[in-house]
Amino acid sequence: MDDHIPSETSGETLDRSYFSDENQHDFKVVGQPSPRLDARGHVTGTTRYFEDNHFRGTLHIKVCRSKRHHAKLTRIDPAPAMNVPGVVRVLTAKDVPANWYTVLRLINVGPNDEPVLAEDSVRYLGEPICAVVAESEAAAIEGASRVQVDYEDLPVVLDVEEALKPDAQIVNPVHGKNYFEYEGHPFRRIRFGDVEKGFAEADHIFEHRYQSRPIEQAPVETTGCIVKPEGDGRLTIYSDTQACFFTLDNTALILDVPTAKLRVVGGTVGGGFGGKVDVMVEPLACIAAMLTNRPVKFVYDRAEEMQVSSPRAAERIYIKDGVMKDGRIVARKMTFYIDSGAYSRHTPYGVTKASAHVPGPYSIPNVWADCHCVYTNRTPSSAMRGFGVTIGDFALESQMDRIAKTLGLDPLIFRLKNAYRDGDTKAHRKKVEGAALIEVIQRAAELVGHDLPEEYRKMSSVKREAK
Amino acid sequence: MASRIVTLLVNGTPQEVIVRPGTTLVSVLRDQLELTGTKRGCADGSCGACSVVVDGKAVRSCLIPAETVDEAEVTTVEGITPVGGLGPLQEALVEGFATQCGFCNSGMLMVATALIAENPDPSDADIMRAISGNVCRCTGYHPIIRAIRDAAAKMRGAQQIAAE
Repeated sequence: MDDHIPSETSGETLDRSYFSDENQHDFKVVGQPSPRLDARGHVTGTTRYFEDNHFRGTLHIKVCRSKRHHAKLTRIDPAPAMNVPGVVRVLTAKDVPANWYTVLRLINVGPNDEPVLAEDSVRYLGEPICAVVAESEAAAIEGASRVQVDYEDLPVVLDVEEALKPDAQIVNPVHGKNYFEYEGHPFRRIRFGDVEKGFAEADHIFEHRYQSRPIEQAPVETTGCIVKPEGDGRLTIYSDTQACFFTLDNTALILDVPTAKLRVVGGTVGGGFGGKVDVMVEPLACIAAMLTNRPVKFVYDRAEEMQVSSPRAAERIYIKDGVMKDGRIVARKMTFYIDSGAYSRHTPYGVTKASAHVPGPYSIPNVWADCHCVYTNRTPSSAMRGFGVTIGDFALESQMDRIAKTLGLDPLIFRLKNAYRDGDTKAHRKKVEGAALIEVIQRAAELVGHDLPEEYRKMSSVKREAK
Repeated sequence: MASRIVTLLVNGTPQEVIVRPGTTLVSVLRDQLELTGTKRGCADGSCGACSVVVDGKAVRSCLIPAETVDEAEVTTVEGITPVGGLGPLQEALVEGFATQCGFCNSGMLMVATALIAENPDPSDADIMRAISGNVCRCTGYHPIIRAIRDAAAKMRGAQQIAAE
């Protein structure tokens, strides 16, 4: 880290030198700093996060989790947990009214492919098997460690390409194959122009492989909730979810109760970054609260947050580009293998985002993409800051730098030559609107003192220069 | 092992609490005294969200068994908030846009409070060292470091005026 932190530039106003014919309005809000509404609460410690609610007699949940990546459960015996002083109850799959769900069923993504609590199998390390409800957190932890589980190990699938081989062990029986099916296709497809023709015409072919690991959001406040049964028969759910309505609707479906029976109090999140959009703690806390008629708290400890909260998906990406001597990219073929882990959560949607982003912010006449959403015996992945796009961008921009370096081109000029403009048709057939890549590159070049030739300084996202 | 009574002076108020052996200071503050401004992030000393000032030193309250700080003076974020306003550090965080989710702010404030009490003119390196155990996942550290630097300068100015 550098030792000197620069002072903030004060009095920054809106830069009107770009798109000058578009923003002649007399802005009163845009470009003017205004204080954050929640800042005073944050700096005085009075902002109310879910865990700042205290209710007398609150019970605590800790979960007995799978110690295997993939196994049949031959025996689950909660009796030893019940012998721990303070343990009130142990929840198993039988206590969950509608045990199978998938978060995005709310927008017609299906089928339900994940159990709230494991039934006869576990498919990733840390998968919840049963939930111990106790008078204290310590008793719940002790109880969860005493549940007896017998496993019969099954072959483990940990690699996205291995998973798609014909003889691969099936991870998720609901799908019956190790990929999510998109309208009858084994992957999300983009077909635009004729890539093979493009490759044949190209002066150079560049083919590279890129790969990322899962990335944990690591919010400082871990995932959790407190559920309080009310006198009117409703449950109040104090939660740090990023998605109150996903939680409300999915919890109601899992509990098999009308949504009017539940009230979600949320919106204050101690860091989320996408890690708190799944519905992980509320259903079990609600069931425990219904069965005991007491407030119940279920909070991940740091180790759970790291091991079982959904990370950004790991991805493997192959890019093949056909490029002309002058730096025009004439064909781009991309193959994505995106690791959903054992269940869907938000990853089928992330894969669709990845496909729509191909071929990056560039106009390329011939584009082909196969985007696979793959099931493996790893922690289910889900949302995280631009998921589906960020790792693709890492791969794409690394590829752009490699090509520029090999062809001896200035990396900014190489991007400008291929930059998309307003009115261009993207590979997924949407018209580009509001492009600003060219102007951003021009300004960035200026800020770092990188001289661009006149023709590139004159380029515009709004119109193509006459040939 | 038996529970015992621990006496603390919390934000100037004498408090007596009954604690089981091993009960952490953060648990006493949050769960017993309901001073929920102090946050619990990791419960293992790695995030700094639970930082409070004990006898003038910033500590991670999730690592401190309450019985080991019997008769100590404890200051939390509630104790640095003046009636009807904000302290100079709090004001600097607000004005410098050094808050986002807010979860790390209490801990950052308490570490900075202890730092400035000991060293009224900290360098950026001093500030970085002081908050090196405090994790922020949103705003980034620069606005926080700037805010602490600005607040320290303001406090020195105020002291000088008071002295003159």
